Amino acid sequence: MALKRVLAATLLTAAGLAAQEGHGVSPADLERGMQIFLNSCAGCHGPDGDLISGVNFSSGQFRRAQTDNDLRQIVRKGIPGTPMPPGNYSDQEAGMIVAYLHSMAASGAARRATSTGDPAAGKSIVEGKGECLQCHRIGRLGTVAGPDLTGIGGMRRAVDLEKSLIDPDAEIRPDNMTVRAVAKDGTKISGRLMNMDTYSLQILESGSERLRTLRKGQLREYEVLKKSPMPNYRDKLSAQEISDVVTYLVSLKENM
Amino acid sequence: MLRTWLLLAAAVGLNAQIPYSRIEQAAREPQNWLTYSGRLDGQRYSTLTQITPANVKNLELKWVLQTHAPAEPNSKYEATSLVADGILYTVQPPNVVVALDAATGKIFWTYAHQPAAASRPCCGRINRGLAILGHTLFMGTIDGYLIALDARDGHLMWSNKLGRPEEGYSVTVAPLIVKDKVIAGPAGGEFGISGYLSAYSAETGKELWRFNTIPQPGEPGHESWGGDSWKHGGGSVWTTGSYDPELNLIYWGIGNAGPDWNGDLRPGDNLYTSSFIALDADTGKLKWHFQFTPHDEFDFDATQVPVLADVEWQGKPRKVVMNANRNGYFYVLDRVTGEFLLGKPMGKITWASGLDAKGVPIRTGHSTPEGSIVYPENQGITNWYNPAFSPRTGMLYVPCWMDTWSVYTSRVEPYQEGNWYSGGGATHNVPPLRPGPVTRRLPDIAWGAIQAFDVKTGAVKWQFKMTDVTDSGVLATATDLVFAGGREGYFYALDARTGKELWKTMVGGAVSAGPTAYAVDGKEYISIPAGNAIFTFGLREQ
Repeated sequence: MALKRVLAATLLTAAGLAAQEGHGVSPADLERGMQIFLNSCAGCHGPDGDLISGVNFSSGQFRRAQTDNDLRQIVRKGIPGTPMPPGNYSDQEAGMIVAYLHSMAASGAARRATSTGDPAAGKSIVEGKGECLQCHRIGRLGTVAGPDLTGIGGMRRAVDLEKSLIDPDAEIRPDNMTVRAVAKDGTKISGRLMNMDTYSLQILESGSERLRTLRKGQLREYEVLKKSPMPNYRDKLSAQEISDVVTYLVSLKENM
Repeated sequence: MLRTWLLLAAAVGLNAQIPYSRIEQAAREPQNWLTYSGRLDGQRYSTLTQITPANVKNLELKWVLQTHAPAEPNSKYEATSLVADGILYTVQPPNVVVALDAATGKIFWTYAHQPAAASRPCCGRINRGLAILGHTLFMGTIDGYLIALDARDGHLMWSNKLGRPEEGYSVTVAPLIVKDKVIAGPAGGEFGISGYLSAYSAETGKELWRFNTIPQPGEPGHESWGGDSWKHGGGSVWTTGSYDPELNLIYWGIGNAGPDWNGDLRPGDNLYTSSFIALDADTGKLKWHFQFTPHDEFDFDATQVPVLADVEWQGKPRKVVMNANRNGYFYVLDRVTGEFLLGKPMGKITWASGLDAKGVPIRTGHSTPEGSIVYPENQGITNWYNPAFSPRTGMLYVPCWMDTWSVYTSRVEPYQEGNWYSGGGATHNVPPLRPGPVTRRLPDIAWGAIQAFDVKTGAVKWQFKMTDVTDSGVLATATDLVFAGGREGYFYALDARTGKELWKTMVGGAVSAGPTAYAVDGKEYISIPAGNAIFTFGLREQ
């Protein structure tokens, strides 16, 4: 619950900061800013924004920028003479990235020492008693039923990973949603939501593990689940084990 | 409850989606398109029968997939789509894989390989397609990798670097699956690479065998290269081969010798450039080879698809392999032995006056320091654009460039890593890449055609003329239809027996890929990439 409040506060803070400069930021903007950051910035800065010496986005302090406008300029034009390259973004996209940087600072205060565990112990929990690979994949191990954890350390922050373990329903990202449907003949169908539109749902069907289109007109009912099929590990693992698992997941930087 | 259900799902989901047996027997499931050529024999022949000469006029657009990629001038959409059980897999240029619903065009997932900045494919940032085995897709990349993706969600399974992009190595070929192996090799013939064709483990990407298309010291054929010229001899691999399960032979066309236009720098026949090679699928050992253009001076790759067929030849059944070659001749060889059976010109040729009894060209034209006009131009009368063969008509349908010539000039150019290494140049009266949507070139300078060749005689049975040339592949069907397009942006259905135009539509961009035929829920579709998009047609609902 505390984490939910932090997230809400983060959104409000980030939106508020941006609004001061005349740019409204919606949660969707923030989500898009996070996607761009994770895809394009986290490779050098790290998902927590603290991999480059002397730069820590979670601190909320920016050495070369006084205003959001300065930050947007850096995002778009880079910093000459440094490895920071120019980015091919519109001013609006740069604003979304900047909003996400503010949100990192806001949630930084809530960070716990989650990534200081024992990665080897974490690996053995993930592959053993945690039964994580029954739904997830890491490299060549596991299955496609749940989100792919290969390279997750390069995409998600420790604080987010911990949250997913101890409060999996707090935030279900659009990439990780589950559809449950009943066809007109009563057949039950379930799977990961891959895509959707007015007339159809594209899923990776559970069981068959096949890509499949469900036409809404041929369904008796369907539901995009608001709850995660992921079990809550708060009572299944000790605090130390959670820390070990998070530390292991954070170490998974490679995409393969 | 749901979690239990998911666990159960995980346990039963390990079955391979497309086992090799289905690929080898792809003719039994015409609703799918499981390899680059639809089947291992390279025929591009669909046995679906719903769309016929009588109703083809009722084709209508069912869906379009648009892409972000600029298709022109150097990023053509050349990939043949695969279709497996209702899912269509394609590669948008340069290396963006898309899995979508073959009946609706709705996307399931995309995977974007980011090619290294050092990539330098010779002739466009392109890809010719995927291979599939089990639940894994295989793709070459323009920065020299062969990669494997999970067909269910686009997850990267493995990646193997076939060559350094800094040296000009790229992988544009659609791989071929033979048993548990992925067959592929590198392009880069204009950068002085040393080519090869290899088999890789589908499971791990590990190389299992390699055949050097430029024989290394101690290997047979090495003597066909004077001095050190073998070191940068080219012999690239960039269009997909074929496989005969009964003979266990892989057939593959090999690219030009390097440097392209100065043969004086590489005395000898320059094996196995501009050749077909027949390799044992298990070992990669050479069974036979046939060199179409010995000591090539015109960039006449022999990368065209080997088309396998069993035909009656002079009263007896014979296993043949056909080749519509870039050098301008249509060939028929015995595919058991490599024996030359037939070779006929497909248009105006001046580099040779003909072929001798063994199929060796009688050379009459050369690339020279002062420049020489030679027919055809260096893009050839045909090129990598796939042909199609109909066992019903006995005809091979070939996209052709007619009446083209180049001024071929030889120069001495030192090899420098990563630099263009062509030993001269060739002018073009038709540019190899479409410069834009406007054409004012008159047909008397050069024109395009789909030509139909009788496999038994090499005679031209019909010719469908276009004002502009065509980079389109061809599809033949069991209902005697031929589908093809061209640079003008039209996509046609022709009568396979007469070449008569039965239907056409405007797709608004050059057609540079091969059409596929497939079916979902009993409905037949014809799909063609063109310009920046894929267009998929089906019969109008009655």
